[in-house]
Amino acid sequence: MSDFETVAATEDQAARRGVSGEPGTPDRVGVPQKPRSLAGDAWRDLRRKPVFWISLVLVVLVAAMAAVPSLFTANDPRDCVLSRQHAGASGGAIFGYDFQGCDTYARAVYGARASLLVGALSALLTGAIALVVGMVAGYFGRWVDAVLSRVIDIVLGIPLLLAAIVLLKRVSTSSDTVRLFAVIFVLAVLGWTTAARVVRSSVITAKEQDYVAAARMLGAGHGRIMWRHILPNALAPAIVVLTIALGSFIAAEATLSFLGIGLKAPTISWGIEIDAGRVHMRESATPLVVPSAFLALTVLAFIMLGDAIRDAFDPKLR
Amino acid sequence: MFRFVLRRLLQMVLAFFGTTLIVYALMFAGQGDPIQALAGERPVTPAQRAYLTEKFHLDRTGVGGFLYRYLDYLKNLLQGDLGQSLTGRSIGDILAAAWPVTVKLALIAMAVTILFGVTAGVLAGIRRASLFDNATLVLTLLVLGIPTIVLAPLAQYLLGVRWPVFPPTAGADPDLYALLLPGIVLGSLSLATALRLTRTSVAENLRADYVRTARSKGLARRRIIGVHVLRNSLIPVITFLGVELGNLMSGAIITEGVFNIPGVGFNLFRGIRTEDGPLVVGIVSVLVVVYLVANLVVDVLYAVLDPRIRYE
Repeated sequence: MSDFETVAATEDQAARRGVSGEPGTPDRVGVPQKPRSLAGDAWRDLRRKPVFWISLVLVVLVAAMAAVPSLFTANDPRDCVLSRQHAGASGGAIFGYDFQGCDTYARAVYGARASLLVGALSALLTGAIALVVGMVAGYFGRWVDAVLSRVIDIVLGIPLLLAAIVLLKRVSTSSDTVRLFAVIFVLAVLGWTTAARVVRSSVITAKEQDYVAAARMLGAGHGRIMWRHILPNALAPAIVVLTIALGSFIAAEATLSFLGIGLKAPTISWGIEIDAGRVHMRESATPLVVPSAFLALTVLAFIMLGDAIRDAFDPKLR
Repeated sequence: MFRFVLRRLLQMVLAFFGTTLIVYALMFAGQGDPIQALAGERPVTPAQRAYLTEKFHLDRTGVGGFLYRYLDYLKNLLQGDLGQSLTGRSIGDILAAAWPVTVKLALIAMAVTILFGVTAGVLAGIRRASLFDNATLVLTLLVLGIPTIVLAPLAQYLLGVRWPVFPPTAGADPDLYALLLPGIVLGSLSLATALRLTRTSVAENLRADYVRTARSKGLARRRIIGVHVLRNSLIPVITFLGVELGNLMSGAIITEGVFNIPGVGFNLFRGIRTEDGPLVVGIVSVLVVVYLVANLVVDVLYAVLDPRIRYE
């Protein structure tokens, strides 16, 4: 009894009144002791992790680089003069010049745009496909689920690099823009399966919850239940998977460009730069090392960020 | 068990037709001029054109013609006749020369994975949350996060050119020593995954009831870990290694390309670079089949190894 009184004494008066009939603010009942939601716990956990902050800073830095490259370098990456081939550092070119006499650092900075664009758009497209397929399969179950799960199995069984080679060979003579979107399309079409499985399993868990049954009882249609009640619960794990996927999409784009079937020469991409630097590594290693470091750090940043968020949301894994 | 294998086989046949149809349709059909597509950017003489039209039955049009040509391609594929590359060499011969090298490389990578990955994984799993465990977690995260196109050229530069411990490129007939560095680079990814998998598996099994029972019976710690825990924890690891071996066989395109190893991946790498359409299609078709078979073997292996897994 005394327990109840101490709680009641500390409670907000408005919240108390809410209980007695008015549609007040029921969520303020626990104000003195803040409600510990999953997201709140996760955030509290994340805040203390240096890995989270390091990767977040890296991601923001690369995003800024992609948006406004001129902030990071004053030099033009396409200003190449053969006479300064493999010349040392001078002026703004802090890492010297490459085989063609272009500013190595400037080219690495400008390469961020293509990589991040491909990574982000493929991740968005992947997310869209995965959400639709995962939601439909998880929500409707039965034969819909059986068919869609088999489709996921089949797509999962396709080796990514080989399929990308076959698909991208068809646009090998197209313009730069077409090629860019082809790379995005190919990565998304081959890469949505993991995210779809994650969405599907969280939808299956969510649809059994009482609040979904309540919504159905109130007469909500399939669309409303999926959109308003299930989607918010399926979103968090999907976002984590997509963050990690974004990193691997960037790596995949660089790999395809490295092979010569992704983006091509006038476009500046880390994969192309690494391939060019590799050929002349005996004369000068910086044109190889600088874009390699940019690519590795970016991919790592996204993977570590996703990893940290997942750990925070899923305490079981610790 | 028999029914499971049979069903899995039927599934594989379906997947085989599906994937080869996709490969074929994307490479040859629906393009303005399949003969030009076959030749890449080189010019085609009228005589060549007439010969190719007849050879590939291109005079037939429509869906029927497409299926006819697809079955033609399939028949040749099943008979092991992959046609000729644009340089006039038989693709079958190219692959026959390349396979042993690729297999050797894959086996080196696999040995590295088992030797270091599984061992370190067991140790990390036993000493969970120790310094060693945390160090391996950070290291494997690094390896998993760094793409091969960064790892391979950098390893080549650092250990081949800057401090020449290993030969930087392998060349025509590579010996074991020349393949060692590429093997380590190739195996590093599976090493990291195998390590993490083993660690989780061992750590999980150490908490199982049968371990507690064994301990309360007074068994030696070495016996508990060496016999009881390992036997159960290595099941998922072995399946993973099976999948990886299939993956490694199906062409280490980047690694072989960078280190100049005349394996299957290197030929594919060169085929892409030189716009050699038939070579790319031939190798991709074979690799897809290898990949499918490897997946099948692993699935069956899984069912054999772990009786807890039942397939209806």
